[in-house]
Amino acid sequence: MTPQSGGIDIFIGTVRDNTKGKTVIRLEFEAYEPMAIKEIQKIADEAFNKWPVQKLLIHHRVGVLEVGEIPVIITVSCAHRDAAFEACRYVIDTLKQTVPIWKKEIFEDGEVWVAAHP
Amino acid sequence: MKVNVLAFGIAKDIFGGSSVEIELPENGTTQNLKQSLEDRYPRLRHLVSYMVAVNNEYASDEGLLTERDEIAIIPPVSGG
Repeated sequence: MTPQSGGIDIFIGTVRDNTKGKTVIRLEFEAYEPMAIKEIQKIADEAFNKWPVQKLLIHHRVGVLEVGEIPVIITVSCAHRDAAFEACRYVIDTLKQTVPIWKKEIFEDGEVWVAAHP
Repeated sequence: MKVNVLAFGIAKDIFGGSSVEIELPENGTTQNLKQSLEDRYPRLRHLVSYMVAVNNEYASDEGLLTERDEIAIIPPVSGG
C-alpha cells in the first residue's frame, strides 16, 4: 500500500478438497529453491517492466498443506485497477509455468504428481 | 566425465533418489544427458515433458555441460 496506489489486487490460492470429483486428503509441495527464487524474481522484474506496479508480493509455501490452507499469495498495488488485475493475473499464470515447484495430490487411494503425465 | 544430476518431483521417484551420477563424453551436451537418462530411466519418456536446468537456468539441448555445473531435471512444474 502506498499513498499513490489506487488499487490492490490480491490472489490467494487455497487447497481444494477434490480434483475431478476425487477427494483430496492433502497436498505436498516441493521446490528447487535456488532456481525457484530466481524464476520468481524474473517474474517480478517483468511485472514491474510491463505495468506501473508500485508494490508486489509473491509468497509460496512448500511442504504439506491441508485442505483449505494457502500455498500461494500474490498481491499487486498500482495507481489503477486495470494494471493491478492484469499484473496479478500475469504473475500467478507465469508462476505456474516457469517456477520449479511441484505439487503432489494425496488421495484416499494413492497420490499423483500434478501435470506430470498426459 | 561424471556429472551429478539433481531430481525433483516425479523425477525423484523415477530415479529412486534425489540425485544420480551420469557418465557423459567430454563436452557432452544437454541432449546427450537426456539420452543417457532416458536409456537408464525409460519412465522419463512417459512424462508430458521435462526440462534440464544448468546452474539454475533452463538449458537448451545444445548447451555444453561440465563437471562443475549444477544440473537438475525439471519435470512439469505445478506450483501455485
